[in-house]
Amino acid sequence: MLQLLELTGSLNMIGYGLATLGPALGVAWVFSSVINGTARQPEARGAMLSTAWIGFAVVEALAIIGIALAFVLK
Amino acid sequence: MGGLLSLVIPLEGNGGVSWAAVCAGEHSFPPSQASFCSRPLFPQLQGMEWLNNHLVQAVVGALIVIGFWIFVARNQKVVPGKRQAFGEMAYDLVRNGIARDILGHDFKPFVPWLLTLFSFILVNNLFGEMFFFMFPTFSKIGYVYALALLSWLLYNGVGIRRHGLFGYLRKACLPPGVPVALWIIIIPLEFLSNIIVRPITLALRLFANLFAGHLVVAVFVVGGSILLEANEAFGGFPIPLLKTAGAVSIIFSFAVFALELLIAFIQAYVFTVLTAQYVASALAEDH
Repeated sequence: MLQLLELTGSLNMIGYGLATLGPALGVAWVFSSVINGTARQPEARGAMLSTAWIGFAVVEALAIIGIALAFVLK
Repeated sequence: MGGLLSLVIPLEGNGGVSWAAVCAGEHSFPPSQASFCSRPLFPQLQGMEWLNNHLVQAVVGALIVIGFWIFVARNQKVVPGKRQAFGEMAYDLVRNGIARDILGHDFKPFVPWLLTLFSFILVNNLFGEMFFFMFPTFSKIGYVYALALLSWLLYNGVGIRRHGLFGYLRKACLPPGVPVALWIIIIPLEFLSNIIVRPITLALRLFANLFAGHLVVAVFVVGGSILLEANEAFGGFPIPLLKTAGAVSIIFSFAVFALELLIAFIQAYVFTVLTAQYVASALAEDH
């Protein structure tokens, strides 16, 4: 009966799936702040957006390192 | 896919995986580490394996960057023509938007390095989408480590020259206002974070973005073309369904290419901005 409960497949991908939770929230937070800030002060949109891209890349780095290492480490 | 660790860290013995075994097998379907194998230009010459496709790309990229900036900066007039106006726009993006905004009023010594960094990374990233090369140079980790090493030497060197070695280390590892009881924790953590982890994340961010992007492009294009040319029913699915799936995959790969274009610009911009930020925080006189 234990065969029914057996998990097969790649543990790396489960790990990567868990690792995407944080960066997903982080990126959504960054751009939500940009939207809110633009609503309060539309003329500051340009400055906020350039900071947003930097924040996006730093947060996304973790997710991208996750997918890369999910393939690399075994 | 074991032993892909040698992708990221050049190991002696390549972590138990022989490059010759993986790359000579040339199983680049399904897209995996074998899609990134170096292809020497002259395979029959014995001593010239180092002259491979990505080395040529890096050299061509450097020549394009040098050629572009020389071409745009020749015969400058007070009232700029179209070529000079375009060059000025590109130059202002880095000089004003990155260097002056982040580094404050002594930004000028750093503009050459930041401009070169931005242009070189952008051109090499675009090689991943342009015809003829179709391979992003920075998906081979060595080039990324070189750029991250140079940026690391720059921001540490500038900080040591401004504050002296001990002064710079004290400034980097000990934020002001920390109670003495916490120094035993704070100092190793800050040292790790500012001096060890920063170049590693700089490098891995660029490498992983380019590596994963090229892999995704390869999956959609290669998978789509295999499905499109299906003339036997794989997996029990009827051939028209396979062909439709292939066509959808190839059409979607246009969207993936657009995403890769965006990532190319963003990664070049972020590497440059973070380098400027690290230099600025090494130079900062806050106490």
